Amino acid sequence: MIRFDRVSKRYPPGVDALSDVSFEVAEREMVLVSGHSGAGKSTLLKLIAGIETSTGGAVLVGGQNVSGLSRPALPYLRRRIGMVFQDQKLLFDRNAFENVMLPLSITGFPRREAAQRVRAALDKVGLSSREKARPVMLSGGEQQRLAIARAVVGRPNLLLADEPTAHLDADTAADVARIFMEFNDVGVTVLIATYAGDLFPGARRLQLEHGRLLA
Amino acid sequence: MRGWLAQHGEAARLALRRLATAPLNSALYLLAIGVALALPAGGQMLLASAQGLAGITSAAPQITVFMAASADRAMATEIESRLKKRGDIRRIQFLPREETLARMKANPGLRDVIEALAANPFPDAFVLTAADEGLRAQEQIVAELRQWPRIEHVQLDSDWVRRLDALLELGRTAVRVLGALLSAGLIAISFSIIRMQVLTHRAEIEVSGLLGATDGFIRRPFLYYGFLLGLGGGIVAWLLVGAAVLWLRAPLGELVRLYDLTLVLQAPGMRDSALLLAFAAGLGWLGAIISLRQHLRQKSGL
Repeated sequence: MIRFDRVSKRYPPGVDALSDVSFEVAEREMVLVSGHSGAGKSTLLKLIAGIETSTGGAVLVGGQNVSGLSRPALPYLRRRIGMVFQDQKLLFDRNAFENVMLPLSITGFPRREAAQRVRAALDKVGLSSREKARPVMLSGGEQQRLAIARAVVGRPNLLLADEPTAHLDADTAADVARIFMEFNDVGVTVLIATYAGDLFPGARRLQLEHGRLLA
Repeated sequence: MRGWLAQHGEAARLALRRLATAPLNSALYLLAIGVALALPAGGQMLLASAQGLAGITSAAPQITVFMAASADRAMATEIESRLKKRGDIRRIQFLPREETLARMKANPGLRDVIEALAANPFPDAFVLTAADEGLRAQEQIVAELRQWPRIEHVQLDSDWVRRLDALLELGRTAVRVLGALLSAGLIAISFSIIRMQVLTHRAEIEVSGLLGATDGFIRRPFLYYGFLLGLGGGIVAWLLVGAAVLWLRAPLGELVRLYDLTLVLQAPGMRDSALLLAFAAGLGWLGAIISLRQHLRQKSGL
């Protein structure tokens, strides 16, 4: 599903975020990317989603070289990937339902079917009673679950999450982790950048340090 | 196809919602665009009405035909019957030399001079009104009449026609220049408004891009916004022009009547109204395109 082949990413003026990183993630696998702050975890996820481009090596997603994708082709890659961002990137002028609806509007999904899917996604993360609420009215844990619902509503086969349990209390973090594991159980490949590896028992772990993958 | 239509419907709905969420701002935008469009549209309407300016008697262009001094009344009658046979002359007024002399004598300043003359110096004359009031047609008549025997002089009273033509041409040019300037202004207004919209919605633009939105998807609501701004501004301009016609029709009619003329201000017809609205919507859309080309890529961060 994902293959990193000697991937490097250097930010100007010469800061190496990733150096010579190689690994593979199989379909239906759940992988945690761990490491201290600034180790390159977020950069790694951004390279997979085509948000950043590598400065060396090749990033392959589903056999497709992401680094070689043209600008018009990138949106179609991103539609196949569900992504939970570190800062969630929820739209605060829209309610929960509308936030989750956005990926389906982007793909031109028929409205009635899309509404059913949105409700199913909100139900899956336990927010079905909060669909009219704007993000500002939701707790931190609810906002995180809303971000997950938005990531999965398009039924992607790859789910990326950047620190999804950060800033959550222990119980809420466990809830959120359980949701990811449930998606993995139904066949979704999950790659999570996290420092809280204990919450995801059974997941393979990749350890990054100063942009290098430890063996 | 259904998906594509749904996306357009969604974009139009979103644009309307953005207009509705800031009603005062939107109303002021529409007013600014409407006023900018109303000036050239009103000028165009005034010129179109002035085209139909039809003179009544004294103001109509006239051709004066002076008989030779030696020509007697029988010759004048013969000329009159020849003139009557022409289809390009609408009205013929015969001015006998005695009547001209009497009129001149009635003028206190001229009486002494006229009475000092041994004989009537004035010839018989005809005042003609051409069927076609166009300058070229009248000049053609003059050229032909000058070839006729016993006719001493033919004079085309065309000065006022030339002046009116020149004024109308000046008006047309002024309206064109004003129209071009204010159209550029409208594009600039749309450009700025869309730029502000891009800044206001930068989070949405960024998130949409990250979730797989194409450039077209991101642009669409802004394009509809620009289109609706232009269309709304066009409607405001149409209303302003219509109101101006209602208010000005009576006083302007009274004014031109003092000059023995008829001028009826015409409200924009169906065709002109449709053109105005299409033009306004097109300019709003164009301003949005230019603005998005300038600002979207850098704001989306993609």
